[in-house]
Amino acid sequence: MGRRSLAARLSASDRAFRVILRGGGIVVLALLVLVGTFLFFRANQALHKAGLSFLTTQDWNPDGGGFGIAAIMIGTILIALVAVTVAALLAMGTALYISEYAPRQIQRLLITLVDLMAAVPSVVYGLWGAFALQWRVVSLSRWLHDWFGWIPLFRVAGIAPHDTQPTATAFTSSTFIAGLVVALMITPIASSIMREAFSQAPAGEREGAYALGATRWGMIRSVVLPFGRGAMIGGLMLGLGRALGETIAVAMIISLIFKIQPHILEHGGSSISVTIALRYAEATPFAVSALMAAGLALFGLTLVVNVIAAVIVSRSRSGAVSEA
Amino acid sequence: MTVLNEPLQPAAQPGASGETTAPAAQTVLPRSITEAAPGPRRPRSRRRLTGFRTADVLALIGAAAAALAITALLWTQFAPFTGILGYVIVSWGLFVLVYGILVSFDENRPTIRDRIAAALVHSLAFVVGGSLALVIIYTVVKGWTAMVHLNFYTQDMHTTGPTAPLTHGGVLHAVVGSLIELAIAMAIAVPLGLLAAVFLNEVPGRLGRLVRTVVDAMTALPDVLAGLFIYATLILILGLEQSGLAAGCALAVTIISIVCRAAYVVLRLVPGGLTEASYALGSGHWRTVWHVTLPTARSGLATAVILGAARAVGETSPVLLTAGATNYLNDNPVHGPMMSLPLLAYTLVATPQKNYIARGFGAAALLMILVVVMFVLMRAVGGRGAGVLSAGQLRRRLAASQRDLARYTERATARAATGAAGPVPRDAPSRWLLPGNWLPGRRS
Repeated sequence: MGRRSLAARLSASDRAFRVILRGGGIVVLALLVLVGTFLFFRANQALHKAGLSFLTTQDWNPDGGGFGIAAIMIGTILIALVAVTVAALLAMGTALYISEYAPRQIQRLLITLVDLMAAVPSVVYGLWGAFALQWRVVSLSRWLHDWFGWIPLFRVAGIAPHDTQPTATAFTSSTFIAGLVVALMITPIASSIMREAFSQAPAGEREGAYALGATRWGMIRSVVLPFGRGAMIGGLMLGLGRALGETIAVAMIISLIFKIQPHILEHGGSSISVTIALRYAEATPFAVSALMAAGLALFGLTLVVNVIAAVIVSRSRSGAVSEA
Repeated sequence: MTVLNEPLQPAAQPGASGETTAPAAQTVLPRSITEAAPGPRRPRSRRRLTGFRTADVLALIGAAAAALAITALLWTQFAPFTGILGYVIVSWGLFVLVYGILVSFDENRPTIRDRIAAALVHSLAFVVGGSLALVIIYTVVKGWTAMVHLNFYTQDMHTTGPTAPLTHGGVLHAVVGSLIELAIAMAIAVPLGLLAAVFLNEVPGRLGRLVRTVVDAMTALPDVLAGLFIYATLILILGLEQSGLAAGCALAVTIISIVCRAAYVVLRLVPGGLTEASYALGSGHWRTVWHVTLPTARSGLATAVILGAARAVGETSPVLLTAGATNYLNDNPVHGPMMSLPLLAYTLVATPQKNYIARGFGAAALLMILVVVMFVLMRAVGGRGAGVLSAGQLRRRLAASQRDLARYTERATARAATGAAGPVPRDAPSRWLLPGNWLPGRRS
């Protein structure tokens, strides 16, 4: 006797249903793959012409002379790093507050508010950053420059420390200010992932820590933070991925320059996405190809960051509840 | 407190239980509270485990006052500092320092650390909440001067010059454009995203895994690249003009992976028991998905859709590359450039004109309000787990069950009355569900 076949014999309607489902999946797959491959092929033209100089050139002048991502890539990464540094503090504070300190009654409300913060359009953040935050941060920038100017990162070219003469515009439109605004935009993303992990810290271990005489902070340090470490890193990296691709808020703040700008407090910065948003309009087909190449580099970077983040987050969910 | 003391009583006096005739293992309960506490009676007030002590509150107030005063001294007397932000930061640092010192007067070191950590966490959370409030309030306040005029909502900008007063011109063209682009984006992204999510959930296999990986990867796509893609394909290659349709497509590319992922997460939460019960009752795949899986996850699916909509309506960069910009009201998505709210805000505030900037803030505030409304809607319809019914749904479901029951009984009675006359009609497939069929001694 042969084994009994367990395969279901589908009815006609079910077969049609599966075909439709499969079709939907394939269309989505095709669309997204098309975006990726199209970017790749259109970028190829520019990459082919520029060769390795694409990685080392700072200038962006595709129609005559050199173009490369050396400056804009470093600018993008610097903005994202400033954002992640600030967001790390803010997100951790918010996540700890909501999961550990906030009264139970307002917890749901706070979670909703954090979600709302993630849904605020980037143009609104950009407006606030450019019109409200910028001029108030200038004094902070100046203070950082005065006292920490000996660190190359905080130097501002052409201005000596404690020089009160220069106008505020030397400190506006900087990488630092753009980073601060982007930090606000990625805080809710990182924070909600951290909070979820913190609130899943096992109650038995919490109570054990309290029973051994720990204060609340002692309990958090010995139970909650080690439990949520993976989610903290993963959440921040997801935020990093978002920060690298942020366009409009950054475009409203920095003034775009095409040279490596390691001084984050200084006027002017650079970013790949802002370059695309500001340069596409007057671009020739070849220049569009160059923009595509820059976009491809950016996409590659965000993709790597997001994949690492996803792996870390899914690993960190210890125990049987993890599914993804 | 007395409750805690009572069980200790028998253990403290083992002899007492031996003298009575009760077995040794039996717990002897004290007959009254006075009997339970033989020693000097402690006060019977309950010990408070939460809340503030006066000293804590005083330390907080004292530290805050000291910090503010010292900073004020620094700012007014020792001069070189200016700016409100610096004032806040310095006084906050001083506050933490003074608070630590005050607590150290009557607490040990772990407690000091605990208090300082609590102060830090609270202030960080406050900074985030404060920033959110500031962002929203600032936008609305700055936009208010433009938003109070009725023409802001009923006119477009095509006759509005740079110096025209705020009583002239408005954002109608951007509102209409935003809604049209949103509709196009949703019309493309929602069916495809939901279909793909159902596919991921229902048809496991290699293709499903591939789709899932690609969808996950595409959530990392920077939104400006979605715009660039549409710009390079539809506009440069296929020759479509910059229009609402192109913008809608760009937005669809941006949100399709978001909708698909959010929907997939919700569908995965549908309890397996429900679908298995449906299969066990003999329904096919399609019926199970349509009548069990999707209705169970309805609230979460609505959340996924609104999440995508909130994202799409606020996106600027894909629209910037694909929609063009215009001051005219254009309700034709396939012809001519189209304005949308975020794009209008972005372009208006880039000008030096005061009234343009005010209108730009007005547009941003309107957009913000739109997003908040969507968000409230999302909370209202969503936020419940799979299969958890709202009060209204529960009521309707119960009423439907009552109706079914009434119908069954009615039929059963009718059949019992005419039972002897003829056989049960065999053509009704639902007869197997009638309670009468399961009764012993039914007619065949």
